[in-house]
Amino acid sequence: MNLFRAIGLTLLVLLATLSSSGASEADLRGIIAKFATAKGFSETGAVVHELAATGDPAVERPLAALADGNLYIRKADSLVFVGKETGDSVELLDPLSGEKSADAAKDDIAKIKVNNTLRRVIRDALGTLTLGAKDPAVRGAAADTMFKTPDAANIEPLDAAIAKETVASVKALLEQARAASVLVSDRPDADKLAAIALIGARGDRDAVSLLTSVEANAPDAVKEAATAAIRNINSTLAFWDAGQNIWYGISLGSVLLLAAIGLAITFGVMGVINMAHGEMVMLGAYTTFVVQQVIRTSFPSLFDWSLVIALPLAFLVAALVGLAIERGVIRFLYGRPLETLLATWGVSLILQQAVRSIFGPTNQEVGNPSWMSGSFNVGQLAITWNRLWILVFALSVFAVLLYVMKRTPWGLQMRAVTANRRMASSMGIRTPWVDALTFALGSGIAGIAGVALSQIDNVSPNLGRGYIIDSFMVVVFGGVGNLWGTLVGAFSLGIVNKFLEPYAGAVLGKIVVLVLIILFIQKRPRGLFALKGRAVEA
Amino acid sequence: MRGNFSTITKMFSASVVAAGLLMSVPAKAADDTIKVGILHSLSGTMAISETTLKDAMLMLIDEQNAKGGLLGKKLEAVVVDPASNWPLFAEKARELISKDKVAAVFGCWTSVSRKSVLPVFSELDNILFYPVQYEGEESERNVFYTGAAPNQQAIPAVDYLMSEDGGSVKRWVLEGTDYVYPRTTNKILEAYLKAKGVAAEDIMVNYTPFGFSDWQTEVSAIKKFGSAGKKTAVVSTVNGDANVPFYKELGNQGIKAEDIPVMAFSVGEEELAGLDTAPLVGHLAAWNYFESVDTPENKKFIADWHKFIKNDKRTTNDPMEAHYIGFNMWVKAVEKAGTTDPDKVIDAMIGVSVPNLTGGYSTMMPNHHITKPVLIGEIQADGQFETVSRTPGLVMGDEWSDYLPDSKDLISDWRAPLSCGNFNVATGKCGGKGTN
Repeated sequence: MNLFRAIGLTLLVLLATLSSSGASEADLRGIIAKFATAKGFSETGAVVHELAATGDPAVERPLAALADGNLYIRKADSLVFVGKETGDSVELLDPLSGEKSADAAKDDIAKIKVNNTLRRVIRDALGTLTLGAKDPAVRGAAADTMFKTPDAANIEPLDAAIAKETVASVKALLEQARAASVLVSDRPDADKLAAIALIGARGDRDAVSLLTSVEANAPDAVKEAATAAIRNINSTLAFWDAGQNIWYGISLGSVLLLAAIGLAITFGVMGVINMAHGEMVMLGAYTTFVVQQVIRTSFPSLFDWSLVIALPLAFLVAALVGLAIERGVIRFLYGRPLETLLATWGVSLILQQAVRSIFGPTNQEVGNPSWMSGSFNVGQLAITWNRLWILVFALSVFAVLLYVMKRTPWGLQMRAVTANRRMASSMGIRTPWVDALTFALGSGIAGIAGVALSQIDNVSPNLGRGYIIDSFMVVVFGGVGNLWGTLVGAFSLGIVNKFLEPYAGAVLGKIVVLVLIILFIQKRPRGLFALKGRAVEA
Repeated sequence: MRGNFSTITKMFSASVVAAGLLMSVPAKAADDTIKVGILHSLSGTMAISETTLKDAMLMLIDEQNAKGGLLGKKLEAVVVDPASNWPLFAEKARELISKDKVAAVFGCWTSVSRKSVLPVFSELDNILFYPVQYEGEESERNVFYTGAAPNQQAIPAVDYLMSEDGGSVKRWVLEGTDYVYPRTTNKILEAYLKAKGVAAEDIMVNYTPFGFSDWQTEVSAIKKFGSAGKKTAVVSTVNGDANVPFYKELGNQGIKAEDIPVMAFSVGEEELAGLDTAPLVGHLAAWNYFESVDTPENKKFIADWHKFIKNDKRTTNDPMEAHYIGFNMWVKAVEKAGTTDPDKVIDAMIGVSVPNLTGGYSTMMPNHHITKPVLIGEIQADGQFETVSRTPGLVMGDEWSDYLPDSKDLISDWRAPLSCGNFNVATGKCGGKGTN
């Protein structure tokens, strides 16, 4: 790193003295040609710096291609090209103009290797080059990069950029980047104190990181200010940390709710100890995989809709399998919990092995649609989109289920059969079919939970195993037979778990939660919200 | 109710028959064959990794038979399924040796499964080839370790991260799944890092349960630990299934490899196959083999594999190479000894040298570990690794770590007259004890 930095510094000083009109195209090509002879990452890094030092915006293309691993050398004549893979061959583009110049087989060209260190060097170099970009987001990203790798030589280009900047948010970022650069320069202490105030106001982890590194070797006055600023930021961050724990807890709770909600029907309402519940979740996840596979090969433009398409299909697949299990096995075993447990356990093994034989034992790739990738910030709280959508989804599934149970004739029949089977039967309800459909509903809900869980977990034959214990825990804790209990149980378990985890660690945290539940069940054997029903009588 | 019950029984027996059909390999019992045992889980949690190894072994045996077999006899694979159940491993091993009379066994993945079969192999005096990278602190007469010992994977990986090319890392997160391999490896790494002058407050160790899937807290703790103004890296011994959600969370929380790289010891091509690797480009793994290694031997191996498994998309990985090396070594040792008698083959194994897939030779050392090159690779967008560093020569497996106080005086040498797996050079006695 030191070597890179030293080279970078001298070259950036050169850049400042040179006119910013940029070098001639022939010069640029001359430098780019050096990639072909550079050996090892440090030499390639030196060429990157030389290119960046020209200050010519045209070098952005070859540098970005290098960072992405798309810069190639043609073995025959050692010329450097930007490559675009098209099936078996690679389309070679001119590194400066980007125009197509030739095609080549993969064996005839060699990729210029990059590693993390080099990628960072390129990112820093591109940061300075893209300060004047048209897109404010790119300018913001450039400012952010320069904030993280402050350099005294950056002050002047940043001053120029600040003067031109019209977007307020980008301007703030630029000023922070300038402040960071001031801190590592030999400017007077007064300037540095102002810079610390500005960075302190930013208040995030990057600010702490920067101030900590400055604090180590600064004159007393500056050091004091930096220490105070760090203390300040840390105390605000502690507050955000608590908020973050709550959010993580809610998010874990939503996953638990999704996994358990189907079981709340099959086990909670019907009283079937359904060990194959996890496998219904897995079937839902595999349905998502199959849907995405079909979309990838036939309708790539629909990819962002893949989950929406998978939802009804996953419900159908899992519900049909659930129906088959109920009709084929469980209906003979009502009132015999031990045999139900063993039989459903057997069914779960069969389903697992069947999936393993059809799809293979390895993980299957289920992609995240673009609207489920990445994160956004609320204050210092990073919220990832996939978790947020899963929360929304879990709550909507819960609401729909509640509506079905409380407001539809079918729900009424279900509850009637649960409360008193013989009475319901003599009122003309076909109880066997209500049983079958209820089980299918629970399984179907587990299936759509699988669609959501495929976004955060492995899609493998073992997927269900990871959720079965947690699901039972939630249902038992919440109160068997009560949907609201499942909701409250899932979220309280999630939040307690996530509050314990930072202090006790994930392993011990889980044990503590289990012990707490055992103690709780001793006190209230029927869970949070007890309900009268067949499960209770049995 | 009797009718109902018999339905269930029928269903169960049908499923058992079906499962049996799926797993059994046509066994043509004949005296003119040499039987080779394959002891890998084909069901349960470990099936994800071990099924591939079973297939790789079947391919290697097929190829050897196409070349004319061994000692004029055909080889015959005997496949059993220990179902990711550790005690069952011991039972199945006993079955292979006593009932099927196999000449050698290739198998096991987790350390606990290996530990569970050890007594069986020494009691019945047979040979086990163990193909997975492991925590060391063991050397048995009946076991040949063809995977990496910690000094063939963990130590060079950390060295790379400390180097200028690797980013001069100063602060370390040791993240692992809570079982023996990560715990021992992290113990060794902690001792090694401290010996290299890393302060205790610059090391964070954290463990998570098997199959852990909610990484939010851990990833944000890593982020927090990484914002102390020093270059930070994560060394991950997170096992199998927990990796996918871990990497997904890293990607979603925006931790880039340029800022906080993750160096993994249990993530190979196979694990990446279930992932969109675009957000992971630059994260690292240390192995002795990558599918992307460009050698004629490797190209042939991959082509053969695709042909055998009838799927062009199936990846190859490091433990497969370990079996490739181990199987070829065994074949050579049997030819050298002129018999498949395990006792003679064990002695003949030492010093046997066969080509590996990365363009060199691997040799069986007296401590029953092999020499290998160590490769550091960065994850690429296509799910492959690109080698960014490679040890200049071959590294010899060191079973007893030099960085643990209990084992630093121990050596292993199975040649006569020493014939000892845990000789203590300080006391001059055989029978020292390591860390676990």
